Amino acid sequence: MSLASTLRTGELDRLPSRRDEDWRWTDLRGLIRVAPPPSPAVPAVAANPVLAALLEPVAIYANGRLIEGSEAAGSPDMRLRRFVSSTDGTGHGLEAPTEVPAGGRLLLIDSFEGHASGYIADARFPVRLGEGAKLERVVLLGDAADAVSVALTEVELAPGAIFHQTVLASGAKRQRFETRVRHHGGGAEARLDGVYVLSGQRHSDQTTQIEHLQPGGATVQLTKGMVQDQARAVFQGRIVVAEGADGTDARMGHHALVLSDRAEVDAKPELEIWADDVACAHGNTVGALDEEAMFYARSRGIPEAEARAMLIGAFLAEVADRIEHIQARELAHQWLATQLGGPS
Amino acid sequence: MLSIKGLHAGIDGKEIIKGLSLEVPAGEVHAIMGPNGAGKSTLSYVLTGRSGYEVTQGSATLDGEDLLTLQPNERAAKGLFLSFQYPLEIPGVPALTFIRTALNAQRKARGEGEITAPAFLKLARENAAKLKMDFEMLRRPLNVGFSGGEKKRMEILQMAMLSPRFLILDETDSGLDIDALRIVSEGVNALRAPERGMLVITHYQRLLDYVRPDRVHVLAGGRIVASGGPDLAHELEREGYDKYAREAA
Repeated sequence: MSLASTLRTGELDRLPSRRDEDWRWTDLRGLIRVAPPPSPAVPAVAANPVLAALLEPVAIYANGRLIEGSEAAGSPDMRLRRFVSSTDGTGHGLEAPTEVPAGGRLLLIDSFEGHASGYIADARFPVRLGEGAKLERVVLLGDAADAVSVALTEVELAPGAIFHQTVLASGAKRQRFETRVRHHGGGAEARLDGVYVLSGQRHSDQTTQIEHLQPGGATVQLTKGMVQDQARAVFQGRIVVAEGADGTDARMGHHALVLSDRAEVDAKPELEIWADDVACAHGNTVGALDEEAMFYARSRGIPEAEARAMLIGAFLAEVADRIEHIQARELAHQWLATQLGGPS
Repeated sequence: MLSIKGLHAGIDGKEIIKGLSLEVPAGEVHAIMGPNGAGKSTLSYVLTGRSGYEVTQGSATLDGEDLLTLQPNERAAKGLFLSFQYPLEIPGVPALTFIRTALNAQRKARGEGEITAPAFLKLARENAAKLKMDFEMLRRPLNVGFSGGEKKRMEILQMAMLSPRFLILDETDSGLDIDALRIVSEGVNALRAPERGMLVITHYQRLLDYVRPDRVHVLAGGRIVASGGPDLAHELEREGYDKYAREAA
């Protein structure tokens, strides 16, 4: 049952809690004690100056309702969607499907924007990629600090299809971005990347589950992040290789910088392999900023704040560099620079 | 120029520099030699302000200005440069970006304007050519995957481009083969100037055959226990540090 339907029915005791293994670090039941009133319809939302420069036609969802553009808006190969939460203390859900037919190409930029406080938002994204189709998706999670925002993307990846996704998260009171891929191999490729930059008391959870169901599929994953103050990041990455899905090649990496004693990173990489002939690897590191490198930079004349931003930026930029589409890549770099307090 | 008086300093509550005094006038190159554990690297870190190192007594000034109360980047902007024994690798930051950031930060601290991109690139190309470095290396992340010799050349390149007033070379010869040593030494010698001072810290005399010092000091037990002309380096090479280590103990 989705968060949105739970809020509608008011059965809050059915929300996932820390007793559910996949939600142990992103407890909703303990957090949402009272169902918020449903979000009202709003006629318009404020423009987004960062995205306005991108020029694509836009589909705008406000409080869960499509208010501008259409579900299939935009030129066939580029789409920009804005998911705006506009009303304080209310709740809403939405479902926005995407289909890329066999051989098709699509760049999808999804921007989550909190223009209000204390809202609860839920989003579902069914995605179907036909044979040989390619989708590159960049997701910007710009929720309010006191919001609850949960999103689930379910991808059906046909043989030979390519799904590339980069999620850039700045957190919320509870924020979860979950992606599940049913991977049908045959040369299909999934790249599921993520970045988080969390401060204050923000929380962000990036959870992925990739099921390799047939032979000859590839998955690469790189998630990098930084937490400071009392922020908390969650990374859960599960790769399942089903029996018979031979020749699967899956690689997962998660690397985090923890910049304060009270910040926290919870990581759970999982490989479940039921096939014989596969290449799977995962790496996970959590550490502090390299003090020697900091001293080196400062001894050359770079002030502490600038040196810190430079080193963290370089650490995280590796993820943004993997985005193929040049404008989308620039957008990700710009997002990073803004989060790290540099010039935007 | 550089004036150190009665310096006591250490790390983790352990005193390593125990009453060190040293004067390096402008235009001179002084060498500090000493056995392992004498406090050579500690001295370079204390002068450049690495965190964790504590000064308990004494002073260090550059042209009369107190260094010890300044942040490491402020000391750099005053013209102090430390060439690291083990230069750090900085993944994700191209060498050119790193050097330009450092140069502009120093200029800003001194109230000067930023260097223009064409002027910076010209300066980088000239200096890379002098050090026989492939300019493409400067586009790669700083020191990542570089050999020991390449890293030391990159240190000298940064030194030449930042044009500091006072240089500290910490074991610059370590890890260098004879060709790299000659190139690096030529780079250092090219920076010798009447208004610039240098402190060359080394365990072996080898580097001093290429970078001829005006004075040689022996550091043992945290103090300068002997000073002399260039010949002192040869004497140390022949006779070792035993005599001084015993004296210091």
